[in-house]
Amino acid sequence: MLDDTDRRILRQYQAEPDAPAADLAARAGVTSATWARRLDRMRRDGVVGPLEAVIDWRALGYEVMVSMRVTLDKTQPRAFEDFLDAARPIPEVLELQTFAGRVDVRILLIARDMGHYLSLYRERILTLPHIADIDTLLHIAQVKNEERLPL
Amino acid sequence: MIELDDIDRQILRSLARDASQSAGALGRTLGLSQPATWRRIKRLTEAGVLRGRRVRLDAARLGFGVTVFLGIKLARKGHVNLEDFERAVSAIPEVQTVEHVLGVYDYRLRVVARDLSDFERVLRRRIMALPGAGEVDANVVLSEERRLGPLG
Repeated sequence: MLDDTDRRILRQYQAEPDAPAADLAARAGVTSATWARRLDRMRRDGVVGPLEAVIDWRALGYEVMVSMRVTLDKTQPRAFEDFLDAARPIPEVLELQTFAGRVDVRILLIARDMGHYLSLYRERILTLPHIADIDTLLHIAQVKNEERLPL
Repeated sequence: MIELDDIDRQILRSLARDASQSAGALGRTLGLSQPATWRRIKRLTEAGVLRGRRVRLDAARLGFGVTVFLGIKLARKGHVNLEDFERAVSAIPEVQTVEHVLGVYDYRLRVVARDLSDFERVLRRRIMALPGAGEVDANVVLSEERRLGPLG
């Protein structure tokens, strides 16, 4: 179980994982030894996952980012599995979520430009199995992108 | 725009999974010297491709059992100050990401909550109360996969 000290540590760590451990420990109000010991324990327990590099796709020439919200034909018993199995190998797919709601699946897709997007849409997305309906949201600005937990 | 070769792509793939490894350790897995690996990481960072590091916490084990994607339509377009809306929505701690989008909605939000009743509280008290918020579409996440994208 996590206590308040663990939560303070995680709050500081997720806010600035690249800061020196001694600074973060001071901000959390613990010694460096406690900081290291508790983070090690939370890593072992799987509460704290790996540090991941954040990749800026725009810097790699991917100017277009689109959320595609897909409704599936649920009369097909394997609609979700078939759809996900076919969507997964598309290299430009960054995220796949399934939902309980009006939308069944979301695909986060990147493309180099609108021409590239259009060809992906027609050749890779519209050809995926069991699609009943699809609508697309074109990302125009990232207002907040921290993905922090409100600890 | 920066051109990548196969080794750059391998470095990015590896760091996207685990960015805590040193240049030396990463280089060894790729058959590259520590200085050569370090130079490549520096070049990728300076080109803006590597934009810092993020720690992935297990939301469910920290008591956040529900993730919801919201589509929000602004009410009375033209009368809503976008900056006011963006500032207010970004200040809600449970709101993890906010995207301005073009399509059937104006904004896309990713929201975490302890459970469905906690989410309902966030939705009613915080999100519906935002200046200019109109129609809201909520979809509760059942599963999520993150892919490495076109680095293969």
